[in-house]
Amino acid sequence: MSAPLLRLEGVHTHIGAYHILHGVDLDVAQGELTVLLGRNGAGKTTTLRTIMGLWQASQGSIRFDGEDIGACRTPEIAQHGIAYVPENMGIFADLTVCENMLLAARGARRAQDIDERRLTWIFGLFPALQKFWQHPAGLLSGGQKQMLAVARAIVEPRKLLLVDEPSKGLAPAIIQNMIAAFRELKQTDTTILLVEQNFHFARQLGDRVAVMDDGRIVHSGAMAELAEDEDLQQRLLGLSLAAHQ
Amino acid sequence: MNSATAGSPVMDALPSVNADRLPLLLVPVLALVALPLMGSLSTWVTLTVAGLAMGMIIFIIASGLTLVFGLMDVLNFGHGVFIALGAYLAMSVLGTMTGWTASEHLLLNLLAALPAMLVAMIVAGGVGLAFERVIIRPVYGQHLKQIMITMGGMIVGEELIKVIWGAQTIPLPLPAAFRGALLLGDAAVEKYRLIAVVIGLAVFAAMFWVLSRTKVGLLIRAGVQDREMVESLGYRIRRLFVGVFVAGSALAGLGGVMWGLYQQNLTPQMGSQVNVLIFIVIIIGGLGSVGGCFIGALLVGLLANYTGFLVPKVALFSNILLMVIVLLWRPQGIYPVAKR
Ligand SMILES: Nc1ncnc2c1ncn2[C@@H]1O[C@H](COP(=O)(O)OP(=O)(O)OP(=O)(O)O)[C@@H](O)[C@H]1O
Ligand SMILES: [Mg+2]
Repeated sequence: MSAPLLRLEGVHTHIGAYHILHGVDLDVAQGELTVLLGRNGAGKTTTLRTIMGLWQASQGSIRFDGEDIGACRTPEIAQHGIAYVPENMGIFADLTVCENMLLAARGARRAQDIDERRLTWIFGLFPALQKFWQHPAGLLSGGQKQMLAVARAIVEPRKLLLVDEPSKGLAPAIIQNMIAAFRELKQTDTTILLVEQNFHFARQLGDRVAVMDDGRIVHSGAMAELAEDEDLQQRLLGLSLAAHQ
Repeated sequence: MNSATAGSPVMDALPSVNADRLPLLLVPVLALVALPLMGSLSTWVTLTVAGLAMGMIIFIIASGLTLVFGLMDVLNFGHGVFIALGAYLAMSVLGTMTGWTASEHLLLNLLAALPAMLVAMIVAGGVGLAFERVIIRPVYGQHLKQIMITMGGMIVGEELIKVIWGAQTIPLPLPAAFRGALLLGDAAVEKYRLIAVVIGLAVFAAMFWVLSRTKVGLLIRAGVQDREMVESLGYRIRRLFVGVFVAGSALAGLGGVMWGLYQQNLTPQMGSQVNVLIFIVIIIGGLGSVGGCFIGALLVGLLANYTGFLVPKVALFSNILLMVIVLLWRPQGIYPVAKR
């Protein structure tokens, strides 16, 4: 296998006085969708935020596309070609859908400059965005906001997408849309690191899977392997259920 | 792939665009309520123009401050120093051109006033750049320290003004063609106040255009809502902030020139006197909102003039009263900024 697009080695992250990540080792291979699973509070969001430079790793290395990005600031990391869909979606509520997309398209100065073919493709994935193009994004429903958040991440080609729980709070029908959209996204060879709680969602999309607990990766391998091995699921994800209660 | 998304019931609920227009009525309503109380139409016209002029000047001064807070959560209590700086610089520049300012020719007056305003804006902007570097940057994210060090910066600025221009009150006469009043029916309207209204409207229109039509403006509005996300999209918000800070300082300098001409005399403390007023205005407007700041400034200006005429004793605290009422109605200000 060629070198992974993204490699975290022994990454520790402190938030204030709290030690949250305890040496995370994680590879994300080029062109694959890697799912990051784990119970609430395991450190999944913190891992993504650390990759994005929103938290500074206190130890360890983060290599992306052959470069060490551990010391870079967030805007530089984004400019390296990483797009981030945060857990809270990060929608600019007072701006229109169009303006949200325009900001995500760094190369465009005006809405007309956004690559039309790509936009048509995105509207195909998420028709609601076309319908509400000139509406304030704050008026969108939760599911539509999530679609806008994903759409922003793909309005220009990026090397890697970091997506934090796109199924969170969505009705089953909308989750199905989301799965369809990610399937189509995978056809374009985009590399994706997807945080998910919803195993049903995760198993339909993941090529590889990493499971986190307590700020460490406790399992990583092929998704197919985990999807078939009920014992392993029980051990890794049953544990996550127990920790819920 | 798309067919799955199109038909689902959740998607079809069409949210209506219903922009919040209610606050736009506040200014006309206040003016109309005041009308019957004034006794005469001409008094009302005079006071209304005076109030609008004052409001426009306050808006020019405060607009940058509200964005500075909105973008980086920076509480800058030193903003007033740029007001005084602008006014004193204009006084010095105009002082070299007394031939033109004394002339009755409007054109010559403008030829003197424009460079004075330009110099005030450029120098205030430049000092703003240094102020941001030296005073603001070390205290990002620390409110208490921001308050203390920016107030300290303001005191130092005032003392420097005393060193350069002296501590005494200095008269700043209006250029000759700006003086006097026009008669609108029975109402006397001072020319300079009309000029102030025009300049204020021009500044508001320019800001509105930048904020709604340009990408930089979009970034500023987005940054006020969610700074982290703007950075995650690959933009350097610090750079944006420095730009906004410099522009805000330059506008405060311009506002200072206009305020000085409005008062027709200058004191080194003129900045700190206006400081309280501009904080009231940006709180009324909703921190981070330029539109709210505009409405808030006009309300404050009108109310100050109306109450000054009707019940002078109330005029002293009419602004505070207005703020309390607005905050009881909308605790985050007229136009709350959607922050996460
Ligand atoms: N800003 C913060 N300050 C202090 N502790 C934090 C902060 N953010 C997260 N934590 C802690 O870090 C740990 C990991 O949080 P994180 O958000 O990364 O978990 P997660 O795996 O994304 O959980 P979830 O599935 O609930 O989103 C938790 O114990 C959380 O309480
Ligand atoms: Mg999380």
